[in-house]
Amino acid sequence: MAEKVLMKGNEALAEAAIMAGCRHYFGYPITPQTEIAAYMAKRMPLIGGTFLQAESEIAAINMVYGAAAAGKRAMTSSSSPGIALKSEGISYLAGSDLPALIINVQRGGPGLGGIQPSQSDYFQATKSAGHGDFHLIVLAPASVQEMVDLTFKGFDLADKYRMPAMLLSDGTMGQMMEPVTLDMGKVTEYDKSSWAACGTKCEREHNVVNSLFIQPDELEKYNFERFERYAQIEANEVMYDEYRMDDAEICIVAYGVAARVSQNAIDKARENGIKVGMIRPITLWPFPKAVLNAAADKVKAFISVELSMGQMIEDIELAIRCKKPVLLCNRTGGMIPTTNDVLSKIEEANNIGGDK
Amino acid sequence: MTHQILLAGFGGQGILFSGKFLAYDGLIEDRQVSWLPSYGPEMRGGTCNCSVILSDTQIGSPIVSNPDILIAMNLPSLDKFENEAVAGAKIFVDSSLIDRKVAREDVEAYYIPATKMASDEGLSGLANMIMIGYMIRKAGVMPYENVEKVMAKVVPAKKQDKLALNIKAVELGYNFE
Repeated sequence: MAEKVLMKGNEALAEAAIMAGCRHYFGYPITPQTEIAAYMAKRMPLIGGTFLQAESEIAAINMVYGAAAAGKRAMTSSSSPGIALKSEGISYLAGSDLPALIINVQRGGPGLGGIQPSQSDYFQATKSAGHGDFHLIVLAPASVQEMVDLTFKGFDLADKYRMPAMLLSDGTMGQMMEPVTLDMGKVTEYDKSSWAACGTKCEREHNVVNSLFIQPDELEKYNFERFERYAQIEANEVMYDEYRMDDAEICIVAYGVAARVSQNAIDKARENGIKVGMIRPITLWPFPKAVLNAAADKVKAFISVELSMGQMIEDIELAIRCKKPVLLCNRTGGMIPTTNDVLSKIEEANNIGGDK
Repeated sequence: MTHQILLAGFGGQGILFSGKFLAYDGLIEDRQVSWLPSYGPEMRGGTCNCSVILSDTQIGSPIVSNPDILIAMNLPSLDKFENEAVAGAKIFVDSSLIDRKVAREDVEAYYIPATKMASDEGLSGLANMIMIGYMIRKAGVMPYENVEKVMAKVVPAKKQDKLALNIKAVELGYNFE
């Protein structure tokens, strides 16, 4: 067991990427994720890797495309407005079936917004990270340890399914320090020789990495194939955590820092005799639909706690087929719901049905 | 046992560092720890604060909204957070920078002229650690005998010449009457 160290989320994540075999990082500074680039700038030259501060976010994502096309583990990181700039390149990665890890340490929006923590890029990450028919694997850490574990996992899933993955974090997770173990186990190596543009040595045909398919039937075929892979991911890779759900009559759904605040509120509500628990999605795509739908047969209401005007709530309603009411507890613009905000909403949910 | 600690003052007073010191003690003692800085635009010359939670059980929110220990190193911080502290909280005030008393009567207030003591003792810039020393004595967040060990971990390798001064500052605060 490796020693526990105290690290900032952003730095722990960067170290985890290196441990996952990432030797190509391309970025552009933006608060609240700049420590990732700073860490990479320090570490990469020492281990023979590449740290490159690009001239823009758009340049950085396209450099990721290049490194990924050559079969290398590559990563970029940014925060909300910077991710919007990368969206074209993310779509190209998806369209070319290239694995890569994209980090979004979210801040308040829209526009240039603010620099405080936010979860208002949920739609962007899970529905429309760029143009065209595609998905990203979206991982949502709720602790510094998960910043590490999910970075490692993100690289693995991206390689396994040949697609880009995103770590959807927020300013709190990036800036906070917690004890963390950098004990990642072995990196699984994937054979990329059948598709990567990594040099033929005049011994084989060229591999071509491309997202342009002028013939519509050909493009459709690739989209169908890609969605078959997505179906496997939805069947096999859903991750979530349950907290005090055994006898729960109210189910909070929250991820990231919102889940941490909710945990306090749940403990307090339980002291007051309210049976409330939480299902915390760890993968936002694939979304934990089945477990939520099953919970809908047991609980009387759901509460979506999020740092947005209500985005994940739509996926909850879809997942449970609107069988039960879903309340929204939210702050936005860089504000974070307090324990008491969540507690009030739990009490409101508890009064549903008028049987109290 | 859980301590919800809020440290607040001006940018440059070492608020984040003193929070880190407490967090490292938690790490050494294998407790649950979280450390969360304010990182807003207010850091540049304005107020700066830092949430530290030390607990023997799993920590939920890393944000300390209602501290049971508040260290206030300037007036805006005391004004802002005094009313947020829980009933029975211990509030530590740098009385060389804050000329008012704690108004609430349901908390325990402690006053120490940390900034003045620091400059009198040639420990300029270490008022933060004097506050920590005094707080450890009055609130018992961490055992005093851990101070040297924790300091060796938290003072960066490049600044080990500052180690003895930091320890001296904690000691000074701890022995303040």
